[in-house]
Amino acid sequence: MPEQNKPTVLEADALARAWRRVAHEIAEAHAEPGAIILVGIQRGGVALALQLGETLGGIYRQTVAVGSVEPGLHRDDLSQRGMAELRPTELPGDLANKVVVLIDDVLSTGRTVRASIDAVMAFGRPQYIRLAVLIDRGHRELPIRPDFVGKNLPTHPDEHVEVRTDNSGAPIAVTIKK
Amino acid sequence: MSWHRKHLLDIESLSPEELTTVLDTAREFKVVGERDIKKVPALQGKTVVNFFVEPSTRTRVSFELSAKRLSADIINFSTDASSFQKGESLKDTARTLEALNADIIVIRHKAAGAPHFLARFLNAHVVNAGDGAHEHPTQALLDVFTIREKKGDIAGLNVTILGDILFSRVARSNIWALRKLGANVTLCGPSTLVPRVFEQMGCRVTYDLDDALTGADVINLLRIQHERQRKTMFPSIGEYARLFGLNRARLAKAKPDALIMHPGPMNRGVEIESDLADGDRAVILEQVTNGIAVRMAVLYLVHGGIAGEL
Repeated sequence: MPEQNKPTVLEADALARAWRRVAHEIAEAHAEPGAIILVGIQRGGVALALQLGETLGGIYRQTVAVGSVEPGLHRDDLSQRGMAELRPTELPGDLANKVVVLIDDVLSTGRTVRASIDAVMAFGRPQYIRLAVLIDRGHRELPIRPDFVGKNLPTHPDEHVEVRTDNSGAPIAVTIKK
Repeated sequence: MSWHRKHLLDIESLSPEELTTVLDTAREFKVVGERDIKKVPALQGKTVVNFFVEPSTRTRVSFELSAKRLSADIINFSTDASSFQKGESLKDTARTLEALNADIIVIRHKAAGAPHFLARFLNAHVVNAGDGAHEHPTQALLDVFTIREKKGDIAGLNVTILGDILFSRVARSNIWALRKLGANVTLCGPSTLVPRVFEQMGCRVTYDLDDALTGADVINLLRIQHERQRKTMFPSIGEYARLFGLNRARLAKAKPDALIMHPGPMNRGVEIESDLADGDRAVILEQVTNGIAVRMAVLYLVHGGIAGEL
């Protein structure tokens, strides 16, 4: 439901189609389902990773591993932002020969992704790390580019983009707040 | 999740929510300590000074390792190497440490209130690593962390603290933390070391060990602090061991899954029978492991907390 000064810019239908396309693109790029681990970035990416895992499992007809990563301890802006609330990092012990697909809801500066890559590397050395995001809103501050994008959403730097998901982790609305 | 403090000076002034924030944060740091690469860059480029004006090995080493696992640089500054011998005041020494651009000063001092005193004029973050007989906040935090990990929840547990309560900063900090989190606390020991005044902190005081142990979920044993007693507070070590030492027969009064804790260093055969200290109910070594996770959480939170206020 759209709230006051929080216009909904993307609705559930469009988001579901975009996110399903992302699943197909991942399946097309990576034919070996056993090697894939979808890793949701805490916290917005975790529910999306679970839901994407369901869709991708249907495409592969095989269960896809899903984990999570907490970027907080690896951030470069701790002294500007203050401490992050720490949430669990859940990754399988051995990442060798695996394809880690980092999942986040909104990509902007790229600093969270940079920290997440470092957090994954502290656990092991995957063969590939890929990045899938539901929304790319621009304003990158680091040389990071997503491999899979649901929607590109041009925004003003002062705006705040929020993705809401339902209980299954499916994205149901994207809102922009000034 | 709430933390807006620049320092960790005591447990007394913390809210239950702040205590829970430290414990939840420590849980994530414990995972860091269990993996192959036990280090995160959260405090990279920061300087921590271990300012220990009273002998200590285990707390100092624990803080040292905690700071290193957060990628901070840490230096140890202790009494024997310090200028106190040369007559410098605590304030001047602390200012000197700050002039080295220390970001966090971890202080252990024999005078109660020394960390609070430093916090008033230093810009650095101050962490109390034990001040006289007043408080030892990180020890209490690691104790409740260990209890919570084993028992799930602190509220409603019966925790018995046994031994030298009067001279124990560990007891004071533990009582504050346990009461704030809803545990029932019973204190027991020789009447000279367990004054009734502790009832004002919401504790039950008893001088009958069997009574103190009945129904206990957790037994926290404290060492007799010979170094803090100006005169002998009880007739002899032998009598103490006979009246207040934990042994297998007495342990039977507690709940079958009761935990045995000890902040160390322990005197085997005095406050605890030797085989109990090595038994499956003792979590004494887990307390040491958890101490690192809790101290990492404290260093991380006090450092980030100030930015969170801006």
